[in-house]
Amino acid sequence: MPKVKHVSAKDGDVIVLVGTMKGAFVLRSNESRKKWDVGGPYSIGAPVYAMAFDQRRGRRRLWWAQQSFQWGTVLCSSDDYGKTVTEPTTYSVKFPVESQLTLKNIWQIMPGRNDDPDTLYCGVEPAALFESHDAGETWSPVEGLLNHPHRPQWQPGGGGLCLHTIVPDAVNPKRMMIAISTAGAYRTDDGGATWQPRNNGVRAEFMPDKYPEFGQCVHKVVQHRDTPERLFLQNHWGLYRSDDGGNSWNDIANGVPSDFGFCMAAHPHDPETVYIVPIESDQYRCTPEGKLRVYRTRNAGKSWEPLTRGLPQKNAMETVLRDALATDTCDPAGVYFGTRSGKVYGSGDGGNSWRLVAEGLPAVVCVKAAWVGDDGIASPRKHRGTETKKVKSKSGKSRSGARKKVSAKTKTASRARAAR
Amino acid sequence: MPVTIRIPTYLASFAGGRNLLAIEGSPGTVSEALAMLWKDYPGLKDRIVDEQGAVRQHINIFVGDEAIRFADGLSTKIPADTEVLIVPAVSGG
Repeated sequence: MPKVKHVSAKDGDVIVLVGTMKGAFVLRSNESRKKWDVGGPYSIGAPVYAMAFDQRRGRRRLWWAQQSFQWGTVLCSSDDYGKTVTEPTTYSVKFPVESQLTLKNIWQIMPGRNDDPDTLYCGVEPAALFESHDAGETWSPVEGLLNHPHRPQWQPGGGGLCLHTIVPDAVNPKRMMIAISTAGAYRTDDGGATWQPRNNGVRAEFMPDKYPEFGQCVHKVVQHRDTPERLFLQNHWGLYRSDDGGNSWNDIANGVPSDFGFCMAAHPHDPETVYIVPIESDQYRCTPEGKLRVYRTRNAGKSWEPLTRGLPQKNAMETVLRDALATDTCDPAGVYFGTRSGKVYGSGDGGNSWRLVAEGLPAVVCVKAAWVGDDGIASPRKHRGTETKKVKSKSGKSRSGARKKVSAKTKTASRARAAR
Repeated sequence: MPVTIRIPTYLASFAGGRNLLAIEGSPGTVSEALAMLWKDYPGLKDRIVDEQGAVRQHINIFVGDEAIRFADGLSTKIPADTEVLIVPAVSGG
């Protein structure tokens, strides 16, 4: 067994949580995000598909899902970055007997909105949403989705019938988007009582009807908290944007080498910036042309640019899975991703340049990032100064330190941030 | 007759650190023995059976040398002086 190391993080540090097929790791750096300590592995030998960091109400609590072929799946937690681990005596996330379902895996752990600081959500396999309103002590399934009339028609994808994406709306506490492989995106507007499919315009290449009401294999949906009506979606073939809360979707695969991919992450401050890692095809499932490239749009999908500085551009047959790309909330933003070959790359400048943060890990299935001490209410700029990034001026020359314009709309929406 | 149940090391941490557990009373079947086991050691239940009460797929339970999967399942009878063995099956990747 490997020797377990621990990291110590203080407010102002950045942590990256890495779930692998053989345990969980916690990476820590200071705000420079150049040198990293690696803590772990925790839950040694167990696939860890989901991790989260809850720092509401002053907590510094790690969550992760420990899966075992033998003993089932259990939510573990730690309030000291893994030094002390709580594995509950009885499992907290489990289906009621009358459902006739049994939990196979937990694919997502998502803290709720900031104005609901004791609420957390779990997305599980077989596809269901669980919620906790006591900071993770007790959990129950969201009945409206558990008993959804479409359930008998949902089909498992390659990873199983999993609810992998949870997007609590940034403004409306009654609204939430979830995504299921293979069922598509569903949205509730009444706090989970009812759920409507929201896949209009999203292609299902593998179905006779290419645009069914549901049944798409949505891989990831992201929302920027300042523009809650705008959502981005990485599909099993297809990149989409919605400007109406998911009611309809439009293709935005403009200039990417492949519109197949798994992961997607939103920039923490710029609502028009999103990151993806295109994959060649659903048959090959590796980065195109042997080049490991993150693609970034800064104009909400009108165009995408490859980000390659510091990433291998030869013989890089890598796969980045649906939950293995994340951003922190620093300014400039940190972006991180992990590969099935056990490497973790990070950028401390919004993706302009990358460095290898860790390697030799087991296959990475989950990456989450957090700025320790950011409760989501205080503006990062208040603590970090101006967000600086290289942008192209109208003359085409690069310049550094450009201060972003913050529109009135964004300012208004920022006030909603405190509620998220 | 008390029944002894042998459990693997991982589960021992939910049974006071012990691998060999004595179940008082006279359970006639594996199902009855497990019900008594859950009472004394509640942390074992969710790890051995799923929400529907079925033994998890990659766990084998033996009564003596006999795998209950190939006998009467949880209704398998426990003869006197026979140890019940709970072991993780060969699985993983």
